[in-house]
Amino acid sequence: MMQAASGAVAATRALEGLMRNDRGRLMAALIARLGNFQLAEEALQDAMLSAVGHWGRNGVPAAPLGWLLQTAYRKAIDRLRQSKSEGRKVDALRLLTAETREDDANDIPDERLRLIFTCCHPALEPKSQVALTLRTICGLSTHDIAAVFLDAEPTMGQRLSRARAKITAAGIPYSVPEPQDWAERLQAVLAVIYLVFTSGYAGTAENRKNLAAEAIFLARLLDSLRPADPEIEGCLALLLITHARHDAREDHTGAAVPLPAQDRSRWDRALIAEGLGLLDRAMNRRLPGPYQIKAAIAACHIGENGSDWPQIVLLYDSLLRFEPTPVVRLHRAVALAEAGRPDTALALIMPLQAELGAYQPFHAALAELLARSGRKAEALAAYERAIALATNEADIGFLKARAQAVRE
Amino acid sequence: MQYMLLIYADPQREPKYGTPEHEAMMSSYFAANRQMKADGVLVAGEALKSIDTATSLRLNRGKVETMDGPFAETREHLGGYYVIEVPDLDAALRYAALIPTAAYGTVEVRPLMTFNPAGN
Repeated sequence: MMQAASGAVAATRALEGLMRNDRGRLMAALIARLGNFQLAEEALQDAMLSAVGHWGRNGVPAAPLGWLLQTAYRKAIDRLRQSKSEGRKVDALRLLTAETREDDANDIPDERLRLIFTCCHPALEPKSQVALTLRTICGLSTHDIAAVFLDAEPTMGQRLSRARAKITAAGIPYSVPEPQDWAERLQAVLAVIYLVFTSGYAGTAENRKNLAAEAIFLARLLDSLRPADPEIEGCLALLLITHARHDAREDHTGAAVPLPAQDRSRWDRALIAEGLGLLDRAMNRRLPGPYQIKAAIAACHIGENGSDWPQIVLLYDSLLRFEPTPVVRLHRAVALAEAGRPDTALALIMPLQAELGAYQPFHAALAELLARSGRKAEALAAYERAIALATNEADIGFLKARAQAVRE
Repeated sequence: MQYMLLIYADPQREPKYGTPEHEAMMSSYFAANRQMKADGVLVAGEALKSIDTATSLRLNRGKVETMDGPFAETREHLGGYYVIEVPDLDAALRYAALIPTAAYGTVEVRPLMTFNPAGN
């Protein structure tokens, strides 16, 4: 009795470890064989349930990944056979007669590059791309993903199901894009990774650190699956350099600490060195792109003498050629103000109101520039709007302190 | 897979007949047609006459109700379609991008259920 219970515990532990590290790999291999996202998801759930029983009784097999893959494959065929639809029964026959590969070894082929591009396909809603990537590649639970977006768990579950169903029904290919589509589709993937990274900043400190880690995991995975791509290297560099300052971004009360006031001894030197090394390698490939530029901007902020604003302005000029968006214009104007041209900056920021009226950093930047040029009343009104739009306590605390300083 | 490419456009924004812009649009359509035929993906395709010619019909408790004009009160109207046979959505999107109306309207890409009621 005791033995059975401890066997089940050991099996559950082994399974949890596998799901954390290898769920993406398993899903990728399973989808490649089944050609159906939803079926793969269901079959893997079945296989895990089956593993708890079998492994609990007989011990964890020597090649647990191969065991799970084989079992999930058989479960998928069972599901297809039990289906009332003739089409699905035909699918089952096709799978049964297909060449059966032996997966006893743990070296199942890594199909995750295809899976990443499928999850981040632009035919899916951006939010669904992020959710599907976190669920499928990173192995986060639906519960945790719902928490990231402050959604109810069933709502997130439905979103994931809809996305998987669309992949099959709309014929979204399970493949690495053709060369002519590569650059554009890679930007979509990197956008998802960056969104995972920044999503954390809206939530709690715990949440933030976890999501930053997931984003770095994804960027590292992409870099290992497709080495020597300068934009992938640039994206990873950007994440590492930004994340290196994580611990110094808030003081002990949880209020945001602006960069010049941050305690540099709390920056992670190893992450910074790795990020800068990656950025150098990327730039030597002479194929500039938005993520390399953003990483270069992040690097310009952490120099020994503080932020190199004139250089940052030039980098934003380059970034505007790739991303002519109002947000990039806003950042460029802020850099211009810091580089000693606050009046020009204010004149450039004002007209962005129409497009960025609901964007908290716009009102914060506007307030700052108005305060510096002595327009106190307008500055306070802008701080009020920024505070009303802020979503986390650290930002609210920082903005309130700034507004108070202007009042005095 | 078969996809229908539904071409929606706002008549106000479309190039007017007889202008150089209209001519450029038509030659882009001819080029798209040629490409789809040459690649062997074109199943069908037609342009529709203007929405002034549209008649909509509903059955209300078995009684036919006929209305002038298109069903939906939107600014963009269905102006034509293609049906293409391609391996996947990426291929379908590449052909959809050849349709010149995409520059000032919308091309909706929808997979067909292909149960072929016409039986051909």
